[in-house]
Amino acid sequence: MSIQDILLQQLANGLILGSFYALVALGYTMVYGIIKLLNFAHGDLYMLGSFVGFIILSFLSDYIGSGWAGILCTMVLSMIVVGFLGVLIQRIAYVPMLSAPRLSILITALAVSMVLYNTVMAFTDGQYLAFKTDLGFEGIELGNVFVTYTQLILVGASISLMIVLQLFVHKTLYGKAMRAIAIDQDACRLMGINVNKIIALTFFIGTSLAAAAGIMAGTYYGSIHFFMGFVIGLKAFTAAVIGGIGSIPGAMLGGLLLGLLESFGTQIPFIGTEWKDVFSFGILILLLVFKPTGILGKTEIERM
Amino acid sequence: MVNPINTPSTDISGQDNPGGLSGWLQPQKNRMFILMTLAAIAMFIPLVSNNYGLEIMTNVWFYVVLCLGLNIVVGYAGLLDLGYAAFFAVGAYTTGILTSQFGVNFWLTIPVAVCVSACAGFIIGGPTLRLRSDYLAIVTLGFGEIVRLIARNLEITGGASGLIGIERPTIFGFQLSQIVHFYYVFLILAILACFVSYRLQHSRLGRAWQYVREDEDAAEAMGINRVAVKLYAYVIGAIFGGVAGCFFAAKMTAISPETFMFQQSVLILLGVVLGGMGKIPGVIIGAFALVLFPEVFRDLGSMRMLVFAIVMLIIMLYRPEGIWPAKKS
Repeated sequence: MSIQDILLQQLANGLILGSFYALVALGYTMVYGIIKLLNFAHGDLYMLGSFVGFIILSFLSDYIGSGWAGILCTMVLSMIVVGFLGVLIQRIAYVPMLSAPRLSILITALAVSMVLYNTVMAFTDGQYLAFKTDLGFEGIELGNVFVTYTQLILVGASISLMIVLQLFVHKTLYGKAMRAIAIDQDACRLMGINVNKIIALTFFIGTSLAAAAGIMAGTYYGSIHFFMGFVIGLKAFTAAVIGGIGSIPGAMLGGLLLGLLESFGTQIPFIGTEWKDVFSFGILILLLVFKPTGILGKTEIERM
Repeated sequence: MVNPINTPSTDISGQDNPGGLSGWLQPQKNRMFILMTLAAIAMFIPLVSNNYGLEIMTNVWFYVVLCLGLNIVVGYAGLLDLGYAAFFAVGAYTTGILTSQFGVNFWLTIPVAVCVSACAGFIIGGPTLRLRSDYLAIVTLGFGEIVRLIARNLEITGGASGLIGIERPTIFGFQLSQIVHFYYVFLILAILACFVSYRLQHSRLGRAWQYVREDEDAAEAMGINRVAVKLYAYVIGAIFGGVAGCFFAAKMTAISPETFMFQQSVLILLGVVLGGMGKIPGVIIGAFALVLFPEVFRDLGSMRMLVFAIVMLIIMLYRPEGIWPAKKS
């Protein structure tokens, strides 16, 4: 393979990885934008999405198989299930803590994350589960680069989810309410917006996007594990920060950018795959130190 | 002079109080008594306990040191650190590498580890302490992972399998090899950590930490150098972790990167939060709970961490200040 082919192949890999990151980053950014909470449990909701999807798919595969139709149904169902779970978590754990100090709410989020992954660990004995699908490995060759249909469809699906989200936030009344709450909660309350309901809706959407990403990851990698949410949670946060936390297009851009950076980063001499994570966490730290507002984030003046 | 409770008694020796309840109500005297009793009990545990019990109690003292170290960062200065295991790793690996590959005496590695972990604290804290608290949490998490991955990927740290054959320390020609020896080593370490924590808390720096924690802007207006004060907390916390790491390496004789995973950092943080942030007895109780809970609920198998997490969540929701919180004045 020539150097161009390697770069093209990495471009394809980076886009796929990046679209997963972007989907998870969206949830972080939406929740952060609206209630300034760093939801540590978000990566675990992604993990939970793939496990719920695994259960649903094993039921559905008897009826409609585990081809594209089965996976689509699984995705919709598990987005709904995990979305409601996200709302439930918000109601139980985050609503009572909203007036508590920052430190307490962060630790609560951490505890929620622990509850989630320990639950899954207890039920799976910490084993990897095979996410079985009938998707095959057919694909097309673009030049010398081989891309499977699965990869293409996954990227397509995540991009369409992002477009739907963007339309929802900018074209509907609910989206408008969300944007308004992010600016001034009290004023929204005075204008008759049901703030709690909109916050719950935000959690629902953010969580279900993470669940969608979880199922896509299960389909793509073929196995799921209780701890898969940890690293991706951290990476997605990086992506959200790269784009500018609180900004929805920023999360998408940041996710894709991080995916590309990572897959090209592994091609740099002396930086093998084992240094991949060090590379992206390094980017996160440098970014937070030098440009904490990210690419598309607004500069806000506040006490540090 | 009928009721001694109402008189502001300044006599600590208690000669004016003819025994009884009033003597108990004098805080300093009573506290000293409780402390002495507890220390005495801790001293005599090896006489009555089997090796299993000793192993657990050694672990408790070890976590007391780690939790007290993290308590300086989280409890005193109010900074959330999710990568504390990194400092512990730095200490353990410094001792491990120096003793097993360069043949340096264990006791000489301690000052080296102190310097290295202080530097690590400085490097991590320096650029990040200006960040908002939630960003800081994520950055420390990232740093914790970076340290672990470096330990995993480098040649000198033994890669994924870690270091083995770390020599056990000798003191005056006597080699520490039994669990009883390490029990006393860690007990002394824990008492030392309590003492240093206590002195720090009541020092000028300790008051500055408290001020910064409660109101940063007001603290700065009063002339406290906010970033420097936070950095002190970070560096001192890192030194605690580093020293604990040295002794951990000596006790285990083998270390691997898996010991220093994110869960380890969370566990130490739980110890601090569970008992009550910023209060030494609270943190000690937290460390006890941390080690004893999984042992007591051993029968639950893989469910025990789940139960632990749920307990943690409930405590955060109903007692966000911890089991035994610090008094707010």
